[in-house]
Amino acid sequence: MTKGVDVDLENVWIRFGDFVAVREANVNIKGGEFFSFLGPSGCGKTTILRSVSGFLEPSEGTVRIGGRDMTGIGPNKRPTALIFQNLALFPLMKIWENITFSMEVKGASKAERRKRADELLEMIALPDQGEKLPSELSGGQKQRVAIARALCAEPDVLLLDEPLSALDLKLRQHMRTELREIQQRVGITFIYITHDQGEALTMSDNVAVMRAGVVDQIGSGHTVYNDPATPFVASFVGENNVFRGKVKSIDGDMALISTNRTGELLARIATTAQGTLKVGDPAMLFVRPEALNIAPDITPAPNRFAAMVKHEEFEGQIYNVFLEGSEGKEIKMSLVNIGTERQSAEGMNLTLEYVPEQAVVLPAGELASE
Amino acid sequence: MKVAQLFRDYFAKNGIGLGSFLLVAVLFWVVILIVLPQLSMLDFSFRHHLPPPEMGGPKDTYTIEHYKYLVLGAPGADTTYNVVDLGVFGRTLLAALFVTILDLVLCYPLAYYLGQSRGGGAIRILVLLLIIPYWINEILRAFAFRIIFGESGLINEMMLAMGLISDPVDFIRANVALYAGLGYAYILLMIFPIYNVIESLDRNQIEAARDMGAPWWRIHWRVVIPYAKPGISSGCTMVFMLSAGALAAPQILGGPSSLWFTQIIYQWFNTGGNWPRGAAFAIVLLVTCIIIVLSMMRLFKVKIGDIGK
Ligand SMILES: Nc1ncnc2c1ncn2[C@@H]1O[C@H](COP(=O)(O)OP(=O)(O)OP(=O)(O)O)[C@@H](O)[C@H]1O
Ligand SMILES: [Mg+2]
Repeated sequence: MTKGVDVDLENVWIRFGDFVAVREANVNIKGGEFFSFLGPSGCGKTTILRSVSGFLEPSEGTVRIGGRDMTGIGPNKRPTALIFQNLALFPLMKIWENITFSMEVKGASKAERRKRADELLEMIALPDQGEKLPSELSGGQKQRVAIARALCAEPDVLLLDEPLSALDLKLRQHMRTELREIQQRVGITFIYITHDQGEALTMSDNVAVMRAGVVDQIGSGHTVYNDPATPFVASFVGENNVFRGKVKSIDGDMALISTNRTGELLARIATTAQGTLKVGDPAMLFVRPEALNIAPDITPAPNRFAAMVKHEEFEGQIYNVFLEGSEGKEIKMSLVNIGTERQSAEGMNLTLEYVPEQAVVLPAGELASE
Repeated sequence: MKVAQLFRDYFAKNGIGLGSFLLVAVLFWVVILIVLPQLSMLDFSFRHHLPPPEMGGPKDTYTIEHYKYLVLGAPGADTTYNVVDLGVFGRTLLAALFVTILDLVLCYPLAYYLGQSRGGGAIRILVLLLIIPYWINEILRAFAFRIIFGESGLINEMMLAMGLISDPVDFIRANVALYAGLGYAYILLMIFPIYNVIESLDRNQIEAARDMGAPWWRIHWRVVIPYAKPGISSGCTMVFMLSAGALAAPQILGGPSSLWFTQIIYQWFNTGGNWPRGAAFAIVLLVTCIIIVLSMMRLFKVKIGDIGK
């Protein structure tokens, strides 16, 4: 199978009338990479994907696939295959005909197509299902047929538009692993769209986080999670406790923030803000629930604050503890379940602490609304 | 047992009052208005043509003379077969088939366009434009076509003025007016069933086919038409049956040499006063049409149940 090729978006704008759906997107996707676009509903993910597959021409800017300018090249002529949000299997064709439709278009003989269909059915672990109709398969099986159908076209780039969103949780998690395996086996470029950060983080080499038509950050899942570029990314990818305030002092890459309600707190300045964040700037400090812990003593420190336990939720591997800080500030803390019997701590006053390097400071900005 | 259960469920659902009313109404519709008249026609077609006083008398026995007449002609005629009537019969069926195909070719693209372009006011106006002419009755419409297609009609005048032709074309004699009139009369019956199914076709399927490199004709051949088949066949069935059985349009728009089989039937009933023969001819037409429709459905692998969809 062909090795994946680069996909580049250069200064891409997409407008529908006056409405700007994608604003100045610059994205370089390397050949053979599993790349995800992550963002809330309506932020323009599908629109970007359609401009790569050729159903939509950017209003401005260029889309390159393998270095080649794709302007004016229709979807049937591009080396891409798209898996639709609703799969769009042909309901009246048998599974094997569905899978090999792209070969039929090229005029391959029936024997050739049957043979290829059998190979692909073997690959997606659905042997002997070729004679069925799509309506006779389960959700996860249809999912795999859609993947096989797209791969049969031997594309250089596979585009996937939230293909797992219709599946239930267990199947979704299973298909994640499977997709990742298939990608590594065939080695072509995968561009994956999702609003589920878990999906994006588990599968991707790199993630682009989008907000209302703008690409906020591109980086590995690790970078996006630990070193967000904007408050939107910090609050959209995973959960975060947000403390608003002003920068009181800066020491190297650490900043002391005087927060509105929780006193002074210390944290690391996000990489993108280092050098630009100044004393006195409005800022936001983000602490992950799993970075919080119960302090061993109550001595005040710039990485500690007091809060009262409101209620707890037991999730199996973790406890989520919901607390109330000073002036009603809502705090969430996640503690790992180590199997010892715990007494409910509801109503207890605790002192929480975190490792300052694990918390992030960013210039104040827009948060993801959940 | 099963039937009794069915009735109990039916009355439980609709109540005794409404339930019995619906039942009686449907029975009345089917038995009194459809089955009985057709049965009496069938009965008629097997009887001798007798003057009224002899009806029910000893001479009133069953016979197949009228069917024989259609095939073999009058006894002692100089041809072995009834060439004239059979010829008209065959030509009528072919013409009806032609009108059906014409309508299908015209309506499929239109129905596809209507069904796939998403909503919008313009579409509604288009549909309305299609319906309005049907407020005008059939005869008036047929005469309007006669005027448009006449020797000094709109079309001839326009073509003359543009210099496309030097002498007026006789559209009536060439049966162009007839085909146009019939085709036009049943356009809606073709468009709506096709439009209905195509409207429910997922756009993504068309895009998926395009994404896999299919040119537009293959998308239609492999994706849209198979999906629209129930609509296409129900449209075709209606148009074929109705054009084969049309009377007014052939009467008004047909050329002097063209006789529609229904016109012959009409003549036997009316001027000929031979009801049994008219009934026999009508029944042959009906049965043949049904056979043609069923075999077409068989050929194109459409199930009867699909047509209602
Ligand atoms: N053809 C169109 N005409 C006008 N506006 C459009 C069109 N297609 C998309 N939009 C708008 O562009 C924005 C982005 O749409 P898009 O489908 O890319 O969102 P998305 O990120 O894929 O969302 P979701 O996760 O819900 O699928 C939306 O506000 C949508 O209303
Ligand atoms: Mg989308």
